[in-house]
Amino acid sequence: MERVVVARVDDIPMLRGRSVMAGGIEIALFRLSNGDIKAIENSCPHKQGKLSEGIVCDNHVFCPLHDWKINVNDGNVQAPDEGCVHTFDVEVDPATGEISVLIHGVISGLGA
Amino acid sequence: MKKQLILIGNGMAGVRCIEQIIKLNPNKFEITIFGSEPHPNYNRIMLSSVLAGDAEMKDIVINDWDWYKDNNISFYPGETVVSIDTTKQTVSSNKDRTISYDELIIATGSLPFMLPIPGADKEGVIAFRDIKDCEAMVDASKKYKKAIVIGGGLLGLEAARGLLNLKMDVSVVHISNYLMERQLDETAARMLQRELEGQGMRFLLEKNSESIIGRKRVSALRFKDGTEEPADLIVMAVGIKPNIEVAKLAGVTINRGIVVNDVLETNTPHVYAVGECAEHRGVAYGLVAPLWEQGAVLARNLCGVEGDTYQGSILSTKLKVSGVDVFSAGQFTDDASTRSVRVQDDFTGIYKKVLIRDGKIVGAVLFGDITDSSQLFKLIRTGEDVTGREKTIVLGESDGSKSGGISVADMPDDEQICGCNGVSKGTIVQAIQERGLNSVDGVRACTKASGGCGSCKPLVADILKCVLGDEAAEDKAGICTCTELGRDEVVAAIRNMELSTSKEVRNVLGWKNPEGCSKCRPALNYYLGMVWPEDHADERESRFVNERNHANIQKDGTYSVVPRIYGGVTSPKELKRIAEVAEKYDVPLVKITGGQRLDLFGVKKEDLPSMWEDLDMPSGYAYGKALRTVKTCVGSTFCRFGTQDAMAMGIQLEKKFERLNTPAKVKMAVSGCPRNCAEATIKDVGVVAVDNGWEIFVAGNGGAKVRESDLLVKVKTDEEVMEYSAAYLQYYRENANYNERTAPWVERVGLDSIKSALETAEQRKALIERIDHALGLLVDPWKEAIEEKAVRSLYEAIPVPVKG
Repeated sequence: MERVVVARVDDIPMLRGRSVMAGGIEIALFRLSNGDIKAIENSCPHKQGKLSEGIVCDNHVFCPLHDWKINVNDGNVQAPDEGCVHTFDVEVDPATGEISVLIHGVISGLGA
Repeated sequence: MKKQLILIGNGMAGVRCIEQIIKLNPNKFEITIFGSEPHPNYNRIMLSSVLAGDAEMKDIVINDWDWYKDNNISFYPGETVVSIDTTKQTVSSNKDRTISYDELIIATGSLPFMLPIPGADKEGVIAFRDIKDCEAMVDASKKYKKAIVIGGGLLGLEAARGLLNLKMDVSVVHISNYLMERQLDETAARMLQRELEGQGMRFLLEKNSESIIGRKRVSALRFKDGTEEPADLIVMAVGIKPNIEVAKLAGVTINRGIVVNDVLETNTPHVYAVGECAEHRGVAYGLVAPLWEQGAVLARNLCGVEGDTYQGSILSTKLKVSGVDVFSAGQFTDDASTRSVRVQDDFTGIYKKVLIRDGKIVGAVLFGDITDSSQLFKLIRTGEDVTGREKTIVLGESDGSKSGGISVADMPDDEQICGCNGVSKGTIVQAIQERGLNSVDGVRACTKASGGCGSCKPLVADILKCVLGDEAAEDKAGICTCTELGRDEVVAAIRNMELSTSKEVRNVLGWKNPEGCSKCRPALNYYLGMVWPEDHADERESRFVNERNHANIQKDGTYSVVPRIYGGVTSPKELKRIAEVAEKYDVPLVKITGGQRLDLFGVKKEDLPSMWEDLDMPSGYAYGKALRTVKTCVGSTFCRFGTQDAMAMGIQLEKKFERLNTPAKVKMAVSGCPRNCAEATIKDVGVVAVDNGWEIFVAGNGGAKVRESDLLVKVKTDEEVMEYSAAYLQYYRENANYNERTAPWVERVGLDSIKSALETAEQRKALIERIDHALGLLVDPWKEAIEEKAVRSLYEAIPVPVKG
């Protein structure tokens, strides 16, 4: 397992997303209204839209390309569409605001 | 020195008033708030959603702890004001804190009315009013099984539904012979009861509670007729009473509530009251809309805006219990002076009753189908005369059939209905039958049909009618699936209640998803900006990616860049610069657009600001719901047929209206003669030169649904072209639905209504003043991204921190 510092909380405005690279993977970080930081694979299972550019509502992000709705906690695509994206555990250092993403070995099916 | 303002009560009405005061005059008062509950300000209306499991506690907070800090408010949570000295002008709390005031607002809300019966103090007997009560219900549901709700009114039924969701057995005890007798007539109440029984609720009607039995904790409820009903939890929801204790002790005049006049003043100088504790013209309100209006009026008066008064409110109720549609407004029981129109269908569970007095609608009850509720409520409020239309208002037009066109019944099953998402008629029919869908929204949610460009929506509606007959639901008026409120209601609420953030709108109007969805977020942001151009801070997080990044995202995640080329007129120097920039950034494709400009494709997000800097041209807004381009022909400058200078006219229009936010994209064109080479008659606004002036056409479209434009007016001078274009665009901005192009808008509202809105010079002048005001506040977004570090950094990659 690899623990990679990817950003600081201040880098992400409220209810917005940012794209970062960690372990050769492009990850979308989101800052939810309750302050939580979430990390998922930055690629919609439909047509690989950049989820970091989507509109964030509650625990979901809407893909900017075709409006697929994806849960940022479990990565599941919401009905009527189907599929899921990989999610990553996140740690935030309360003192420095540094965000770390935990990468577990080689993740199958993820393009680097 | 600032004046001291104290608010007693940290609830929705009082804090709402404070928010307004801060908005109007942030420096006028030193503000102190006392709140008995140990929480920041939250949305009490949403408690039933929390109980129903649709929202969490943290979702219903309106203003978090930071809000108090950011606005320099001294906030004492968990502290109750126990006395007011109106002579010395001080208040004292239960923690021995005494503070003096210049102005005092009492917003203590109401208390749940607890039946004073023996045993009411036993463990397991609670009210349904605050977060603590919700927590008690959730805790009880983990250990116990049997719950009784006393009270079959709005609050009681919401509590009962929540307890059902918590997997408890629920009986509702009610003293009358039918439910919700303050909002419904007996027929509607019976239908509601049947529906709720179907969901698992039990009802004990005409039962008078006598005492609560149990040792330490409740074990049963005994009635006056001698019968008993076992219970581990009893929720009393029999009503609320204004919380007036502290005002009463201070000698402020009290009736049922704290008596206030039309500017929310009590009889004591410098003491005001708003919300559920206040009584205005004999009425103490218990719903949010009136409280909001009161707060706004008081805020304006405290800030010295004179002449604004509160005139009372007409109430309407929608039951917020899942799966049941109930609406009631105004007077709902017949009397000697009313006549009514009724529809009752026990098979589909629909009941509608509209009461009419002297030709005016005075009240309505709807059950099962509340699609007409907003229209009815509007008619009740405006008091419009409906003589001769009584029946159609309730029953709809008798001739609903459509003629012409190919019937969807004759289409083969494999015929494609939605071209965007590739959905066939067969798939839609199957979804309607197997999943019990009855609306276009439902079909879209399950199959994606009509989820793309939306042009197949009428076809989907026809298929619904074809499969279900009359059971197909009318299209709900809601702007998205988060709400049943239509555009007009939302915009009216923004104006009347002075809502200035989309979070406020969602909170006050009871959105189903606290943070909205990708449909309503951009829409609310537009409406707020349109109504309050100055005070609404544009919410970038609610903008679609292209408008947020000021470039068009492409399927590979790169962007395309279109600089503004006014009227399609450029120069060798400008072309060279564009060419150099294209080479410098390795742009893989340069394309001439349909709107007479150049599009540079395949640009990386992080290159955008420096590319814009090198281009040194304004944004062409090719990505926005805004004025795109003004296409022109060469006109009288070179053309042998040209009668007017089309290029100059086009450039003038583009310079005037560039950057303007509009409900949907706006395309314009100017042709220098009636040969119309600029194709102005398929544009949102098209100007065509004629011999002695210009013809202005509107509502044309050349896209998914081609529509030839309508002639709005023929004018003589260039100034008049500017005048009518500005007035027309502002009227469109103020009246169209978000995402509605001018063509469908004009078809919906009718060209005549627009012509009459632009008829007089005064009407046009007022519209022009507002559009000029909005235009004056806009800056070029590319320039902003170049110059402002905070904006620019969001385009760039995050600097990699040290590896941790």
